[in-house]
Amino acid sequence: MRRNQVAVVGAAETTELGIIPNMSQIQLHADAALNAIADAGLKLSDIDGIATAVETPQQIAHYLGITPTWVDGTSVGGCSFMLHVRHAAAAIEAGLCKTVLITHAESGKSMIGKLPRSIPADSLQGQFEAPFGVYGPPSMFPIPVLRYMKTYGITHEQIAMVAVVQREWAAKNPRATMKDPITVADVLNSRMIAYPFRLLQCCLVTDGGGALILTSADRAKDFPRKPVYILGTGESVETPMVSQMETFNSSRAFKVAGPTAFKEAGITHKDVDHLMIYDAFAHLPLYGLGDLGFMPHEETGKFIADGNTRPGGKLPLNTNGGGLSYMHSGMYGMYALQESVRQMRGIAPAQVKDAKISVCHGVGGMFAASGTIIFTNER
Amino acid sequence: MAEPARAKPKPTPETQYFWDGTQAGELRLQRCDACANVYFPPRPFCPSCGSRKVSVFKASGKGKLYSYVINHRPAAPGFTPPYAIAVVELDEGPRMMSNIIDCPQTPEALELDMKLEVAFEKLDDKITLPMFRPAKG
Repeated sequence: MRRNQVAVVGAAETTELGIIPNMSQIQLHADAALNAIADAGLKLSDIDGIATAVETPQQIAHYLGITPTWVDGTSVGGCSFMLHVRHAAAAIEAGLCKTVLITHAESGKSMIGKLPRSIPADSLQGQFEAPFGVYGPPSMFPIPVLRYMKTYGITHEQIAMVAVVQREWAAKNPRATMKDPITVADVLNSRMIAYPFRLLQCCLVTDGGGALILTSADRAKDFPRKPVYILGTGESVETPMVSQMETFNSSRAFKVAGPTAFKEAGITHKDVDHLMIYDAFAHLPLYGLGDLGFMPHEETGKFIADGNTRPGGKLPLNTNGGGLSYMHSGMYGMYALQESVRQMRGIAPAQVKDAKISVCHGVGGMFAASGTIIFTNER
Repeated sequence: MAEPARAKPKPTPETQYFWDGTQAGELRLQRCDACANVYFPPRPFCPSCGSRKVSVFKASGKGKLYSYVINHRPAAPGFTPPYAIAVVELDEGPRMMSNIIDCPQTPEALELDMKLEVAFEKLDDKITLPMFRPAKG
């Protein structure tokens, strides 16, 4: 895809984040969508493309009263929205539509109008994983991490530092769910969830949503907000079964999506001012730093433990506080994208000074899928 | 009311051979006749080269502990926490999820790369699960 041909011109989260007991999941979608449409200075009738995940596009289009000429229901887990951005950019460039709305919302905590997620007993997961006691992401997502730690010599303390550093970012963010400072000892003494991970190494469970509006870069200059251009994109999938990953030392989906986006963007790692790596659990930023090529995997734990990703560090990472401290409604990718957009607009609560390039990397399922979007505020 | 039971697999036409195998006390895998790739989970073609000429064979049942978590909460129905959810690397190459039996469910006892051997646990008349325990000797 060509660089900087499409821009984000509207971006917003739900009015509230956290615990939202007075809204169903579909209304959270609508709340985020209406906020993003207002942010872009548009009317509902201006939207001619729609993308969403888990909820179907027809559900959201009908609820909002939109008649789209382009639809994307890609639903590959929490990074679906990165894939939507990539697909929407291609569609806009190809002339299939002009103004795309991407919505996410989840009543992850309050569970109002939330579709059930079940694993059929005759699916491969139902036959070859479920019988062995996997039960939700905390029992599955950390399964690779002991192997990763052994292979690369990563310590429990280094992974605990991921949570500590992200809490430092969250403290700067009024909308973050958890803002009180924590220490490595706090993390390593928090309640055991699935060894080796404890409560503070697992994402939050919250309600919320977010929406983005994309249009061609040529039109973007006429919108009220500073345009944020799509510089590079990548996507891939590997397997819905964490046990069947090619290796636990790396994510194949990360290794395809990340480098594809960097190549498309024509940038190197030293050009990156701001980085988001979807952190459903504390090991993900380590996998991301390694698989996106920022450094060898052996150095990822030390890099974070040494403070390079904290406020004032040389590679600001997960500056909203991440899924560990900001919010996590179930499919966090949308919130990572929102933070990248805020950083590129220059309006983030913990703004990285003069940031010009932001890399936003998402995961779907338990390393099942991946999407990477590279944004810039310069064309 | 009955105790909540462990999730029970329901075989499909493509996986039936595997579950017939565990019932017969065998861990069965598939090998591609064209490229010799051994793979899992079951499917009637080779995911490496696409050939439909594949054979079922009895695996050694030996492997090693590739990685695991010890799940504390939430516990799956039919499980008493803490319990390990393990991924075993079979000597033939493929990996599979399982549980480690006859072994304390602790980080000290569960050492990565420890040698394991298959053991079969009957769930009912139709389904027997492949479990693993520390290899003897």
